[in-house]
Amino acid sequence: MFSAMLGEAWHAMGANRLRTFLTMLGMVIGVGAVVLMMAIGQGAEASVKRSISAMGSHLFVVLSGPPRMGGARTATGNAPSLNVRDANAIGELYGVVGVAPVTMGKGQVVYASNNWNTDIIGTTAEYMDIRGWGLSAGYPFSTSDTRSATRVALLGKTVVQNLFGEEDDVDPIGKTIRINQRPFVVLGVLDSKGQTLDGRDQDDTIIVPLTTAQRKLFGNQLPGTVRQIMVQAESDNVMSMVEDALNSLLNQRHNIREGADSDFSVRNLTAIANSAAETARTMSLLLGAIASVSLLVGGIGIMNIMLVSVTERTREIGIRMAIGARERDILMQFLLEAIMISIVGCLIGIVIGVTGAVLVSVFTQAEVIVSSASVLIAFSVAASIGVFFGFYPARKAARLNPIEALRYQ
Amino acid sequence: MQQSVIEVNHLYKAYQTAAGDFPVLKDVNLQVLAGDYVAIMGPSGSGKSTFMNILGCLDMPTAGNYVLDGYAVATMAADQVAKVRNQTIGFVFQGFNLLARASLLDNVALPLVYAGVSKEARHARASLLLEKVGLSKHMHSHPNQISGGQQQRVAIARALVNQPRLILADEPTGNLDSTTSEEIMAIFDGLNQEGITIVLVTHETDIAEHAKRQVRFLDGRIVQDTGAVASTVIGHDHV
Repeated sequence: MFSAMLGEAWHAMGANRLRTFLTMLGMVIGVGAVVLMMAIGQGAEASVKRSISAMGSHLFVVLSGPPRMGGARTATGNAPSLNVRDANAIGELYGVVGVAPVTMGKGQVVYASNNWNTDIIGTTAEYMDIRGWGLSAGYPFSTSDTRSATRVALLGKTVVQNLFGEEDDVDPIGKTIRINQRPFVVLGVLDSKGQTLDGRDQDDTIIVPLTTAQRKLFGNQLPGTVRQIMVQAESDNVMSMVEDALNSLLNQRHNIREGADSDFSVRNLTAIANSAAETARTMSLLLGAIASVSLLVGGIGIMNIMLVSVTERTREIGIRMAIGARERDILMQFLLEAIMISIVGCLIGIVIGVTGAVLVSVFTQAEVIVSSASVLIAFSVAASIGVFFGFYPARKAARLNPIEALRYQ
Repeated sequence: MQQSVIEVNHLYKAYQTAAGDFPVLKDVNLQVLAGDYVAIMGPSGSGKSTFMNILGCLDMPTAGNYVLDGYAVATMAADQVAKVRNQTIGFVFQGFNLLARASLLDNVALPLVYAGVSKEARHARASLLLEKVGLSKHMHSHPNQISGGQQQRVAIARALVNQPRLILADEPTGNLDSTTSEEIMAIFDGLNQEGITIVLVTHETDIAEHAKRQVRFLDGRIVQDTGAVASTVIGHDHV
């Protein structure tokens, strides 16, 4: 009986093709928009998330400064108030799983006839773990390299491309390059990290041992000082505890009285990144919500046409009732028709939405993700819209008085 | 003892209008036994169509009893009434009332859909009945491709498809010419000979003469009944 009804619903849809198509169009556009918008939103979210994980998780950065120089404060990181001993002390704190003191500067790099100006990061071997940064080739430097200030370097991908050419015909591992005139052996090539949230190229960088940078590259203002200390907490839960501990430890070590200005600042990188992710998620939701409005409009279109259809087919309903259709048979017949229109519209909409998403990613290079969840959601929402907006017309049909329906011209 | 298919006692029907209740049927009593062939006659406005609608369970009386095939219709739930319309009664209308979009076969098979019969059985039974009314060649045609008389034959086949005890025909020849009318009436005569009870409404005397019994309505009452069942016969085990 159900299959007979399905067949009839299919027939009824085919009876007035243009009208069915136009009704369906509302659904097609609605579902297409939802699928496409969710794909764009989720793509944006994913690319933000990747930037975050590229930075490393549960991270603090302790910057030196801001010091007071005759009343005017200078930028953070300028006065070297942090040193390696601070970093070691931080490493002892409960909840801290990694510490890397960092000093940095610019350097002119030369290999053969090529040269390039890039950021030089001097740090310890732990830095790589904290930032979750691996090597695509070669080996990282070790603690003994840091201890003995050997002239070894890890190159970012951009640096490799500029020094050794775009083609991979030269293997940079083991080659000697010059940084600020001094020879360095290339130990490894860093994994590509892409851009930061603000568009800085993270691959345009060279990592050398901290001591090497301090003693052999950037001269030395105060022995052992560093520009910043990266700190990794164990988990999200201990973030605030670690932040408090960092502040009190460093205040104590730097003899800063309560209420006085600190000569360092602690920044929670993860919080900043999370707010960016939150923004992306909000945008994704907003896009979805706007697209859902068109689904709603599509649903209203279905209801409208079903009401017209019930009126047009009043006599048919009367005949069906006279030969034994129950109220629920009539209800089911019109409900099935509405659901069928919305589901077929939805399927076409999914195809169009996915195609649109592919086109967007091809033409704008923006990341789009069509998740099966978004397709499922669009599908079930469309089906429920069919039920919801089909129910009133169907009930109207089912409640017709058979005699009046039979007399209807 | 003969069983009564229809038993109507003190039936009243009034329509509510702005000007107050408008009575259409006033104290109608009728008993139809199984195998009877009744023609209901009367001028328009006499209440005969309303009476047919009540007999067909399409309308409910304002007061009085209607017992159909042993069941008091007034006390039935809507779904049971639908089942009665589906299985106990076969309807034939003046305007044929076929579904324009469906083939003749599907039209005839439609009541079986609501009876929950499988597709194969539906088609087998429907084509058998189309053959019976002489239209098996056209079973895949649509109603607009055949003549009025043929459409009425399809409607009769549809009315018969669930093997009802009672056929109700409301002016079945009203839209047909006299030759075609005779052909349709011949079908009804044959069905009655097979034992099916038939009640038809008509205002043509020559059509009414096909029936065994003529009942005449005037102003909401039965004024003449050529075959009233004697009250002594109403000694059956129903009600």
